[in-house]
Amino acid sequence: MNVKLRVWRQKGPQTAGQFVGYEAKNINPNMSFLEMLDVVNEDLTKRGQEPIAFDHDCREGICGMCSCVINGEPHGPEYKVATCQTYMRSFHDGETITVEPFRAKAFPLIKDLVVDRTAFDRVIQAGGFVSVSSGSAPDGNAILVPKPDADLAMDAAACIGCGACVAACKNASAMLFVAAKVSHLNLLPQGKPEKDRRVLAMVTQMDEEGFGACTVTGSCEAVCPKGISLNFIAKMNRDYFGALFKAGPKPAAAAEA
Amino acid sequence: MKLDARIPSGPLPQKWDKHKASIKLVNPSNKRKYEIIVVGTGLAGASAAASLAELGYNVKSFCIQDSPRRAHSVAAQGGINAAKNYQNDGDSVFRLFYDTIKGGDFRSREANVHRLAEVSVNIIDQCVAQGVPFAREYGGSLANRSFGGAQVSRTFYARGQTGQQLLLGAYQALMRQVGLGQVRLFPRTEMLELVVVNGHAKGIVVRDMVTGKVSSHSADAVVLATGGYCNTYYLSTYGRGSNATAIWRAYKKGATFANPCFTQIHPTCIPVTGDYQSKLTLMSESLRNDGRVWVPKQKGDKRLPGEIPESERDYYLERKYPSYGNLAPRDISSRAAKQVCDEGRGVGESGLGVYLDFADAIQRLGIDKIRERYANLFDMYHEITHEDAYKTPMRIFPAMHYAMGGLWVDYNLMSNLPGLFVIGEANFSDHGANRLGASALMQGLADGYFVLPYTIGDYLASQKTGSRPKADAAEFKQAEQETNERIQKLLSIRGRKTVTDFHKELGRILWVHCGMARTEKSLKEALTLIPALRDEFWKNVNVPGTGEDLNQSLERAGRVADYLELAELLVYDALMRDESCGCHFREEHQTEDGECQRNDEQYAYVAAWEFTGVGKTPTLNKEPLVYEEVHLAQRSYK
Ligand code: FES
Repeated sequence: MNVKLRVWRQKGPQTAGQFVGYEAKNINPNMSFLEMLDVVNEDLTKRGQEPIAFDHDCREGICGMCSCVINGEPHGPEYKVATCQTYMRSFHDGETITVEPFRAKAFPLIKDLVVDRTAFDRVIQAGGFVSVSSGSAPDGNAILVPKPDADLAMDAAACIGCGACVAACKNASAMLFVAAKVSHLNLLPQGKPEKDRRVLAMVTQMDEEGFGACTVTGSCEAVCPKGISLNFIAKMNRDYFGALFKAGPKPAAAAEA
Repeated sequence: MKLDARIPSGPLPQKWDKHKASIKLVNPSNKRKYEIIVVGTGLAGASAAASLAELGYNVKSFCIQDSPRRAHSVAAQGGINAAKNYQNDGDSVFRLFYDTIKGGDFRSREANVHRLAEVSVNIIDQCVAQGVPFAREYGGSLANRSFGGAQVSRTFYARGQTGQQLLLGAYQALMRQVGLGQVRLFPRTEMLELVVVNGHAKGIVVRDMVTGKVSSHSADAVVLATGGYCNTYYLSTYGRGSNATAIWRAYKKGATFANPCFTQIHPTCIPVTGDYQSKLTLMSESLRNDGRVWVPKQKGDKRLPGEIPESERDYYLERKYPSYGNLAPRDISSRAAKQVCDEGRGVGESGLGVYLDFADAIQRLGIDKIRERYANLFDMYHEITHEDAYKTPMRIFPAMHYAMGGLWVDYNLMSNLPGLFVIGEANFSDHGANRLGASALMQGLADGYFVLPYTIGDYLASQKTGSRPKADAAEFKQAEQETNERIQKLLSIRGRKTVTDFHKELGRILWVHCGMARTEKSLKEALTLIPALRDEFWKNVNVPGTGEDLNQSLERAGRVADYLELAELLVYDALMRDESCGCHFREEHQTEDGECQRNDEQYAYVAAWEFTGVGKTPTLNKEPLVYEEVHLAQRSYK
């Protein structure tokens, strides 16, 4: 198959960007989307031009590094699939495909399709952990976790931290990411002692990073490659208001919802 | 060179405790006066950086990804071994130790492996406490499954993404330390040189991958946790960014490289479909718990799998290895798959594939149970192949997966260069000639959480506080200059072939000549092909762009330049090791039924190579493997 591409090219954060057209010819439908970009890049290189910069690593949908908006949708057309696991059979022969970076104030652009998502790391630094140092843990089976709780925590923990939720949201809110991270730990007995502190600190950091407010439109859940549920946002709001209540008055609510 | 492994004396089960009790300690108030560099943030790197920071050391943590959480440990699916014996099925530290030694075909160090088995139990405790959502039984206790090369259920897992969950545990511990100011994080930063001052590793030169700036960092000790080197083969299950540059630079600065030819081929990957293929995807080996591996009995049988009756199928693993069956170790399963494909009985378009069939398991356990166990793997298979493995068998084929070889380290995980520590896949220490499933996660975390934090103190205690060189010392300036010159050289060639052209060609040479089966002839051929390709690379590669911003072609060019040297060492080692063991299968040395024929008299040693110059024959150093506890036996999984 043959496709036309409109790809966002931008030399760096200070320069203006623009869409540039490319053609990808003789594409095998079983190629992944990124392999198609590889082919285009090889061709550009052979013609002495700079290839398109894009983030990727595992190419198996688990590291969360790949991050393209394809035809207006973060990670492209398929439900619950990351960019690297998107295959060319999802497009038509002759189609024009638009490829852009994840756009959000809190994710400054670095080059072409590559953005800076270190804001997520700083949210985790604020409280996304259990404070237990190496060597101080009791026997694994000393902490019993009811299977339904473990399963639910695992559902939240499946988040790969890619940031598609932010890119999909009209307010560039990071609520789904933060909710998944808070819920994973707050649902488990190991996470209980720091439950309140964690949710307050992470939400505060999220706001400081410049992510927008959540209005629960659900576009984040729709593009999440791991299908993280909106229910976790509701759960985090409960944890948040519970913690606020215990902590006494505090400014700024977590969500407008 | 004399390699001293510094293995403690005394009975095997007491060596580690005794060692811990006798090595030097750094007093708590002095710890903050030491700086430690940790390169890499996978399981080993993240757990080490976090644990060292918890102890009070100042840590700098470097990774090439945008976030430490993306290191390729994240992709491990199946699980992590630990000798907890929660299943009451007769597991013990000794059994895990023995399985690992035997699985490695008796080419690993007894003392290291025993320590690994001992601390395996602490790892599970640590991870549970961190909130890793391991699978649970209804009663709330931890669940286990079995895995290749073992007859007990000792593998802990978190759905099909154990690697991601364990890495998140380590990453969160690391982030906690970053938040506390104890660790400084350098993402999108690549180590390009090791700096050695007065014979000790005292720092690194890095390139900021966003701005292109080359700079130096000095420290009291340097820890490399940068993973393995199987991307030398181009196609592998590694992340695309995984590379060997850090360990290769260290090798060229005097660290010895041990057993480079021990590269593992994983039996259950999705077969290659075309030339554009950029990486291979592994399907967790845990699938072999419930899937049955087969090919048609007849050559060239092109019928659909469902049309081939039971009587015309060859469940070759069950036939050849009745007691382990589909759970035979990786090297053996991979070779068996190659054999049936060589016989013309392979399946799929290319004929390079075998079936992994779940029909029986679905009938026995119900589709829901199978879904619960493997849903994400079946989904992933579907995404890639567009086939429904609940209805038709998966097609699988072996692929490059893990490097057992790596930089040589002593019992303290320190290389022969004092001050240089190497942990996780980057070192050679624990897996011998073949690694068992669910053991890589175990080793990475053992090194990072429970071994290095003790052993690094033994070295640091011998270094005066405040004695580390400044990052503008002459050695650093020179290393920076060399790095800049190399970058400029790569950018100035402007030849006609891309970096990928060279990498693919190198991969092809290695896979054909030094892959699942190796011969003296094929290896000697490789030794002429590789240097020729390397020469061409330095004359004809085209690296577009500049060094002053994000330039992914330049990054890859530097890595491929290193692979072109490393590949040669790998082949030297394979040629020198004139025996078959584990993953290293020299066709000249096989038993009547096609199994590995070891030669313990001549080759029961670690081959630690010393750099002598590019294109020059490296020097071989031998560390004899002394077995006090186990009896060297022909491996049998029948
Ligand atoms: S490249 Fe890792 S998730 Fe896409």
